[in-house]
Amino acid sequence: MSTVKLHTSPHLHQPLTVEVIMRHVVYALLPVCAWSVYQFGLSALALLAVCTVVCVGTEHLCCKWMGQASTVNDWSAVITGLLLALVLPPGFPLWMAVVAAVFGIAVGKMFFGGLGANVMNPALVGRAFAQAAFTLPMTTWVPSMAPGRFTTFIPSTLTPPFLVPRSISGWLETVAPDGFTGATPLALMKYEQVSTDPTALMFGTVSGSAGETAGLLILLCGIYLAVRKIMDWRIPIGVLGSAFVLSGIFYWLDAERYPSPWFTLFAGGLMLGAVFMATDMVGSPETKRGTWIYAILIGVLTVVIRLFGGLNEGVMYAILLGNAAAPLISRLTQPRVYGTVKSARKKKVTA
Amino acid sequence: MAPDSLGFIFLNAFLINNFVLALFLGLCPFMGVSGKIKTAAPMGAAVTFVMLVASSCAFGINRLLVRFDIEYLRLIAYIAVIASAVQLVEMTIKKFSPTLFRMLGIFLPLITTNCAILGMALFQTFLEYSFIQSLVYSLGAGAGFSLALILMAGMREKLDLANVPDACMGTAAALMIAGLLSLAFMGFAGLGG
Repeated sequence: MSTVKLHTSPHLHQPLTVEVIMRHVVYALLPVCAWSVYQFGLSALALLAVCTVVCVGTEHLCCKWMGQASTVNDWSAVITGLLLALVLPPGFPLWMAVVAAVFGIAVGKMFFGGLGANVMNPALVGRAFAQAAFTLPMTTWVPSMAPGRFTTFIPSTLTPPFLVPRSISGWLETVAPDGFTGATPLALMKYEQVSTDPTALMFGTVSGSAGETAGLLILLCGIYLAVRKIMDWRIPIGVLGSAFVLSGIFYWLDAERYPSPWFTLFAGGLMLGAVFMATDMVGSPETKRGTWIYAILIGVLTVVIRLFGGLNEGVMYAILLGNAAAPLISRLTQPRVYGTVKSARKKKVTA
Repeated sequence: MAPDSLGFIFLNAFLINNFVLALFLGLCPFMGVSGKIKTAAPMGAAVTFVMLVASSCAFGINRLLVRFDIEYLRLIAYIAVIASAVQLVEMTIKKFSPTLFRMLGIFLPLITTNCAILGMALFQTFLEYSFIQSLVYSLGAGAGFSLALILMAGMREKLDLANVPDACMGTAAALMIAGLLSLAFMGFAGLGG
């Protein structure tokens, strides 16, 4: 005998829960992680594992401390952990990564009330904290595709807690005997006006943060998310488009001094930031018009900081500032209420 | 950009050495009135106005003090100027918008003791800015203060709807947001240098 299940409306519903969305973002991140491990070996793997475990653990403990049900099942802490590891240098000491991950999740997210209440992207909060606290390890880069990377750690990875990182110069001589300058393509461009071949940037064979190097791979993962309608395609298009156009204008004005727009797109963390971090649903505005403004703001700030700032990479700060401006942007771009002539002062409806 | 060009002076006070987020001056009104955009924006405007008045007066007074060799009176003289400018703002707001006057409450007369304004007046004296440079500097400082206040208000309004744990309610959350915002503003370090 067949049974008829009765229930109240709505009868059609979209089964896209937070948990499903976050799980798909993790799927999209996995190829990037895999490439990172292939490129930087055991140290990148350890970094990814440690960051993820610490992020999930911190979220669980914070929930316990706040006396509420643990929210680790929504996968968002996993994303934060993976993203944090991907934007740290591959040889980053693990104990510092632990500090950054705890700070990112606890202060960046849980202290404000958990997922949905955080004002900025927790992974970037962790990274910004690490950048301010551990400046030297955050700017110590290692060569890509080093021989023996699957059997030995980069020496600085296994620094004992609360000690300064071990010097990697001896290790560098063994893996890169013909000299490694310790500079990322962006730093080379900024301080020595040396451009890097864009194909190397696209396929990720250069040095840099653990997961930011493979531009094309990240783009493909982003297209997967956009096709699944998990990510708002306007944000990466807006960020990358505005960065491309602005750096194109500068390149056109003075090609000797400024990098080409293709270099801007694929060098450094712009691709990873535009696809996986700026698109964080919590930190971006709710309105369509606001989303465009937010995305263009991030793209423009990135290029301005890269070209005119004291730092050679500005994606992280641009996204944090975009997150900070997002509530204001969505407030200013509230659509006109249907049927009203000229909207008077509106109450804020959405969070 | 040259360090004494007007554009750089403005940018320096506005973003790079933002009075609130990089120099940590004027935190009292920053915490006090950043709860709502409705109060944050007028507060920013009031502080900017007082800064402009204080900056132009301080420039003239400093000339006098140097002329008569009584620089030790600088602090008192500046505070007197700032206090009178604040009185002016207070009277105007009280007359034209009693509601706003009540919303700003104690923080309006407290602009008198706002260290951002005194700091701005002292910085421009020590940096030996000309009159126009001083005005641009104070405008940048005021704009930077307003920007910080309004950004903060946007984020705090969002937080009103969040389920913030008891230990982090109110000022604690506001201070953490301010810290994160300050971290983000570190990205402007060295801009235009």
